[in-house]
This record gives sequence, C-alpha cells and structure tokens, in this order.
Amino acid sequence: MSAIEIVEEFGLMPDSDKLQLLLEYSENLPEVPAKYGENPELMERVEECQAPVFIAVEGDANAVELYFSAPREAPTTRGFASVLHAALNGKTAKEITELDDDFPGKLGLEKLISPLRVRGMRGMLFRIKRKTKELLDS
Amino acid sequence: MSEQEKISQYSSPEALVTTEWLTENLDNVTVVESNEDILLYDTGHIPGAVKLDWHTELNDQVRRDYLDGEHFAKLMRSKGISRDDTIVLYGDKSNWWAAYAFWVFKLFGHEDVRLLDGGRMKWIAEGRELTTEKPTRAEGLYPEVVRKDDEIRAFRDDIAKHQPSPIIDIRSPQEYTGERLHMPDYPNEGAARAGHIPSAKNVPWGKLVQEDGSFKALEELRTILFEETGSDPKDKFITYCRIGERSSLTWFALKYLVGVKDVRNYDGSWTEWGNLVGVPIAQGEAPGVFA
Repeated sequence: MSAIEIVEEFGLMPDSDKLQLLLEYSENLPEVPAKYGENPELMERVEECQAPVFIAVEGDANAVELYFSAPREAPTTRGFASVLHAALNGKTAKEITELDDDFPGKLGLEKLISPLRVRGMRGMLFRIKRKTKELLDS
Repeated sequence: MSEQEKISQYSSPEALVTTEWLTENLDNVTVVESNEDILLYDTGHIPGAVKLDWHTELNDQVRRDYLDGEHFAKLMRSKGISRDDTIVLYGDKSNWWAAYAFWVFKLFGHEDVRLLDGGRMKWIAEGRELTTEKPTRAEGLYPEVVRKDDEIRAFRDDIAKHQPSPIIDIRSPQEYTGERLHMPDYPNEGAARAGHIPSAKNVPWGKLVQEDGSFKALEELRTILFEETGSDPKDKFITYCRIGERSSLTWFALKYLVGVKDVRNYDGSWTEWGNLVGVPIAQGEAPGVFA
C-alpha cells in the first residue's frame, strides 16, 4: 500500500468509521524482531508521543525496513505506527524522505482525535525521515 | 492495611472508591472512562462505562478553554448522565485524564464524583470484567449550570498574587530544571522556554502513587506533599504541569486525600507560562525566588 492509497482509504470513510479503521491498524502492527524486543534501548524513543513508543530503521537506500514498538495499552500510538509502517516499510529511502510532511494531517484525524495527539504521529514521521537520512550517510 | 482502611483515612474518603467496591456497585453508579488514548475504551472497558474524551469533548474546539454551561449540559445529556448521578471516573496512565475530567465536573459543581483508585490499570491487573459492548443510555437530565472557575482553577495572573503560598510543579525533574532542551531534529514540547515558575517545588506526580496505580496511604502523602515541600496543610496551593492533566491528579490528592481547603489547578501550565513574554522563570534544581 502507498501513502496516497492510505490517505484515500481514510478519506473515503465517514468520520464515525475513521477511528475504527485506526483501531484495526493498531491491531495489525507487526511485532518487532526478538533483538529489539529484548533490547529496546537499540531503538529510538519518540518523545513527542505520550506513550512509550520506539522506532528503528534498517536496510539500505533501495529498501528501508521500519520497526515500531508500542504497548497494547496505547492503541492510538500503535495505530499511527501501523499506518506509517503500511505506508513506508520496504520503500526506497528517496520515497521516504520525500513523503509529504503533512501526511499525518491528510488522514483527516485531527478533528476526531485532537491536533495534540496527531502531533505524536508527526514526531514519528520526522524521526523516520531523519533516521533514513542517517542510514544513507553511514 | 486493607484498601478500604487506607481510603477511610483520607480527608474525603467518599471521593475515592476501590475496584472491589465498584464491582459490587456497578448497577448503582454511572461509570465514566476518560483516557489519554482515545481508542483504548474501544479495545475493552468496564461494563456499562461511558466514554468521555477530554480533548475533543470537554474542551472548546476554538478557544483554549473548557465548555460553557450550555454545551456541558448538552454533552452530559447526550451521554445519558444526569445531574444527581453518582459518577465514578477511571482511566489510563494512573488516572491522569480521569482526574482531569473529575476536575472539570467540579468546575460545573457536579456534586457526587469519585475516582476509581488505581484506574484502568489496576482493574485489568486484577482480571476484572471488561467488555467492548457500548451501553445504550436514555438521555440524561442535566440543567445548564454556570462554570465556576474561581475556586479550583488558577489563571496566569493568579500566580504572582499567590506568592508566597506554595506552588507545586508536578512534572519530571528534567522538565523542572529546564535541562531537557530539544536537540536538532527533535521537536520540543511546545514551550519557548524551559524551566519552572520561580518558587515552585518539584513533586513529580508519580511520587503519589504506588506501583499498581493506586494512591499511597495518607501518612506517606502528607510527608511528600507537606514535609518535603516545607508547606502546611493550612496553606493555599496551586498545582501545574504541562497542560494541567497530570497536575489534576495532584490537585485531587491535595484537596480530597490530605485535606487542603484551598487548592487550584493552573491548567495554562507550562505550555502557557513557558511561552509568556517577560514572566520570571527559574532553571536548575533550586525553586528560586519569584520576582
């Protein structure tokens, strides 16, 4: 799935179903590999989120792999992470760094969830982009 | 000491209920869940509980303020809540948002509001019943009441007038000292300056709760809130944090558990003070002097 398709997916939903869709995303967030599960300090904490969420970025310029860890008791954060995973995992570094910074805003969730909460997702995207750039430089 | 004994020692024991009490009284009260995470209720909640969202429902969506009396009454009616209901609030994160909602109910003078000690976490840890079924409730009877801010809400101009009475900053030590500065590519938390209101004592909110999310016993709370801050139960208090949610929990503890008569929550908190032009700010571990 691409970021554009996800924006369309949310856009076609009536407001009342958008939260349900985000909840489904949260249930489908892939587990992190054991090395991260056992060593969360290898991942980076997303400070913008009030829930403890961690990200890791691996791979190379042709295929970037993204990992997210967030507790089950934080379904909104898991939902944001899962949406970003669906939109960006396996994509090229160029596709990731060029993704519209306002992608979280385009999902139409700010009115339903509050801009403060959506800011957590912006923080995640911001850090994914920065870590993707670091991956290219290393 | 049993949980019920612990609660009976507090100054207003009726304001806090145990998970056991709630299990036995589910049919006689209106349970309201208020979370930081807006989807959490939908993953499972206490049977019969009504969802209330602080961000999108209790706040005015244009001004930075709470609902007015007209809209609060409409909201309550639509949730099936009546003015004479006994409300039991609970939520995630040791009840931060539940305490916040509690405080807003009190701005409207709702008489019988209680917190579930330990909140959502303790209820789940004890393996108590959860459901995803949403309750259907008849429209509530709720009159329009004027929101009364004077008694329990502090505004920025009250801070200077409040001196030299105690102010409690309940954020983390790093937020309090101001050492937590944002690094390049790390967006900050929405304040232009870091530090604390001069004279404020740092009592991180987590000091008040035990591992299972429930409040510590009276004597421990008195030590933390009075002895360690050099203040007296007869003092007037103001609490604050970043936007006023965590400090609602400390506001609750001061007012209903250790019995401070006059305590106000400054909901503008650091996201207001840290952005104001020309106000005094202290950095480092020392409270500093308000001047």
